[in-house]
Amino acid sequence: MDSILSGIEKEYLRTDIPEFRPGDTVVVKVKIKEGDKERVQAFEGVVIRRRGGGTGATFTVRKVSYGIGVERTFPLHSPGIESIVVKTRGKVRRARLYYLRGLKGKKARIKERRD
Amino acid sequence: MIEGFIGKKLGMTRVFTGDEDLPVTVIKADGCYIVQKKTAEKDGYEAVQLGFEEKKAKRVNKPMAEHFKKAGTPCFYHLREFRGSGLDDLRVGQKVTLTDVFEVGEFVDVTGQSKGKGFTGVMKRWNFRGGPASHGSMHNRAPGSIGQSSFPSRVFKGMKMAGHHGAKRVTTQNLKVVAIKEDEGLILVRGCVPGPKGAVVVIKKSIKKRKAEE
Repeated sequence: MDSILSGIEKEYLRTDIPEFRPGDTVVVKVKIKEGDKERVQAFEGVVIRRRGGGTGATFTVRKVSYGIGVERTFPLHSPGIESIVVKTRGKVRRARLYYLRGLKGKKARIKERRD
Repeated sequence: MIEGFIGKKLGMTRVFTGDEDLPVTVIKADGCYIVQKKTAEKDGYEAVQLGFEEKKAKRVNKPMAEHFKKAGTPCFYHLREFRGSGLDDLRVGQKVTLTDVFEVGEFVDVTGQSKGKGFTGVMKRWNFRGGPASHGSMHNRAPGSIGQSSFPSRVFKGMKMAGHHGAKRVTTQNLKVVAIKEDEGLILVRGCVPGPKGAVVVIKKSIKKRKAEE
């Protein structure tokens, strides 16, 4: 039964998504519709969570904008995302980086992963 | 045209069509056979009886076995009658597929038996508000007053109280058909549908949306 569902989901999965993990810094280009015009807005920050599988998979990006923490959760396979670019890869020891919410400035830095 | 179809709920997922991000229920409906036809002359109305989910012939009792034999179809677990008009070119024993009945973008009503919830309190069953949870309140999930005193000296019939909830026939109306996969016999409708995974559901053309169009 589940194999049928995943078979359906397969059609809607995007294949152009790069590999990235929590801790990586990414730029998400989001399509925004204003009336009948469409433009692209970039959202750059640290991936603090990836969850779900299939078409329901999402990821959350956190950035600090003018001193205010902003988090956005995107559906990974949404056609509303134009592209995802991985800027740096981060070295972190857990899958959910919620601890970043309590940190700021130098303490909120993430070491770069080189391997 | 036949007005409905029988299927089996497989589960829910999420699909993207164009810019839309839709929750969908996947229903398996890989074909029904016409087991019987009712005609205006003989029965006073026009309808077809559809059979769904094949059953081994040895599991069928004798009266039903004759019924299927007459139609020249395999035996089925589920039989349902659907009214319709212009059924003349359909014959008994013929297989009907999803695309004969529905098209993408159309609205449907889906009927099934909802999940059983057992004996539940009034908050879950009737959406009562309940009492305050804290500050020493001892009125948490209780129903409160169920009536007056010496007059009428009884509880009115139909009073909303705790009891058995769920496991009854429920129809979800106006679900949009998002996609039909003809080869696999699958139909995707927007939103949720009564019953657990594996439940048999009846898909019919929407009553309300059709009226609005006329």
